[in-house]
Amino acid sequence: MSETPLLDIRNLCVSFRTARGVLPIVEDVSFAIGTREILAVVGESGSGKSLTALSVMRLITDPNAVITGEIWFQGRDVLKLPAREMRKLRGGAMAMIFQDPMTALTPVYTVGAQIMEQIRVHQNISRRAARARAVELLRAMGIADPRDVANRFPHQLSGGMRQRVMIAMALSCDPALLIADEPTTALDVTVQAQILELVLKLRTDFGSSVLLITHDMGVVAQVADRVVVMYAGCIAEAGDVAGMFARPAHPYTAGLLGAIPRLHGAKLARLPAIPGAPPAPHDKPAGCGFAPRCGLADAQCAMRPALHAQAGRSCACWKAAWHG
Amino acid sequence: MAELLMEVRDLTKTFTSGSRFSRGGVRRVQALSNVSFEVFTGETLGLVGESGCGKSTLGRCLLRLYQPDSGQVIFKGHDITRLPEARLRPLRADMQMVFQDPYASLNPRRRLGDLIAEPLRVHKFGDRAAIEARLLALMGLVGLAPDYLSRYPHEISGGQRQRIGIARAIALSPALIIADEPVSALDVSIQAQIVNLLSDLQAALRLTYVFIAHDLSVVRQIADRCAVMYLGQIVEIGATDLVLHRPAHPYTAALISAVPEPVPGGHRTRQILQGEPPSPAKPPSGCRFHTRCPGAQAVCAETMPVLRAGADGRAVACHFPLAAGPA
Repeated sequence: MSETPLLDIRNLCVSFRTARGVLPIVEDVSFAIGTREILAVVGESGSGKSLTALSVMRLITDPNAVITGEIWFQGRDVLKLPAREMRKLRGGAMAMIFQDPMTALTPVYTVGAQIMEQIRVHQNISRRAARARAVELLRAMGIADPRDVANRFPHQLSGGMRQRVMIAMALSCDPALLIADEPTTALDVTVQAQILELVLKLRTDFGSSVLLITHDMGVVAQVADRVVVMYAGCIAEAGDVAGMFARPAHPYTAGLLGAIPRLHGAKLARLPAIPGAPPAPHDKPAGCGFAPRCGLADAQCAMRPALHAQAGRSCACWKAAWHG
Repeated sequence: MAELLMEVRDLTKTFTSGSRFSRGGVRRVQALSNVSFEVFTGETLGLVGESGCGKSTLGRCLLRLYQPDSGQVIFKGHDITRLPEARLRPLRADMQMVFQDPYASLNPRRRLGDLIAEPLRVHKFGDRAAIEARLLALMGLVGLAPDYLSRYPHEISGGQRQRIGIARAIALSPALIIADEPVSALDVSIQAQIVNLLSDLQAALRLTYVFIAHDLSVVRQIADRCAVMYLGQIVEIGATDLVLHRPAHPYTAALISAVPEPVPGGHRTRQILQGEPPSPAKPPSGCRFHTRCPGAQAVCAETMPVLRAGADGRAVACHFPLAAGPA
């Protein structure tokens, strides 16, 4: 990527002032997304992946949150934009979809009206044109009878349909970047497959880049180009999907991939589980966050490893398994 | 595999909502219709299917946490669907449940020791010292330090909570455990620990599991046999390797191909089902899957296929089962 990336996150830190002092949740996270790229941020609960996504949209409203760093999007630092400008950006050039479409849609308007509202906030067009655009978007999302669906209320639609409506709404203003926070976690596997196909289509049909937040390595493997693995608020490893799945450099990535039961191939008598649990934000180790659970950890790991880049991959580990 | 532990015959359960005064009148949803299968001592039977297929309802009917409309659940020679409450209670000690969300199933105001001791007290396990000793033994079995007994549920992590849920379930040394999505709320690294724990306990205590899950990969890891459900019916049941690697029912095949495997570029010949499961309130005529089935023919809309066993011990409910080719 020699061109300027679409989104460039530099040294993002998110911490919260609490009774126990300032708790760092996201620590020094940097990564970039190119045009038409699908980048997945993967991690377990509490790894900081969702807060990273919310920071990009500037949706962290907690007055005790302290956000530092830079988030460059289309040549501007999002974190420094005045609220007015930010409002134009959200739902315009960058849009977001959430895990639970039921809480993101209002129950008192039809879904058609909700899509129209978003279009008319960002574009100066007539109600009739907005309505036509809403129906057209619903059709593009693979909804068979978009006119009928546009007249329905969210509770009258199934979970998969609601997620399609959310995506249609997010795409209504041709966003350059779509942020998807666990978009398929609440869905059944056959419906998840349909939505993932849709996410892949976004790039070809709409030219969007996608920042995908997920905990599911299977989803990452199926749709993403590159992946950022987060653990305890830090980036453990980042690189292209094929390379990392074939040869993970960080012991956490390796452990995570190993712990997933497989549907095909040889069946293991026992799953190689990672012992222990991720640290709570108030007692993160001073050194490497993963060291207490890591089989390779030694005295050196009491010091925090920096993210070290080599041949397109970066990894924060003293014991990184670099290949070739 | 020999000894029969539980036999389920023609189990049917209908839920009603609304009243005759509400708009649309009384609505009936048939959550289970004519479900029959067997559970053998020492095995793990996986129950898989998408949300709304009736797998959780089935699990609850097996313990009579729901009263089925008709059919029988024969556990150790007793039909528990008809047993009076007083005679059911001693049997309940022999069949226990592990729930998906260990946080919702643990009373936040009670210490973990009290929570595990409760089934022991209810079933008059013994005096205080006996219960105390049992608690320590249970903590050892589920891999928690004894000092956790004096903690509260909010002080421990999700994985540890599920260990407590399991300790409660095995406290009375039951023969059968119904586990309803026991690992789906857990992170991957913790999920593997709990799956391993369940396997270890099964070997050590000769437990029988009915393992309800939507994740086929987890079921493959833990289940000897598995049953695939769709809209309140079992569409296929047999040895896990057979069912998951050479599916005979088109729905099983579609379910398997929809699983995103953590293998990049493995965008195999994916068969993506169109549409979503129909509402169980208005199941389609004939075969309930015919509205989404790629191989549906005229007869499928008219006649409901019955579950028929083949030579390989697998039973499938389909007019045109897939040729059992190599995986």
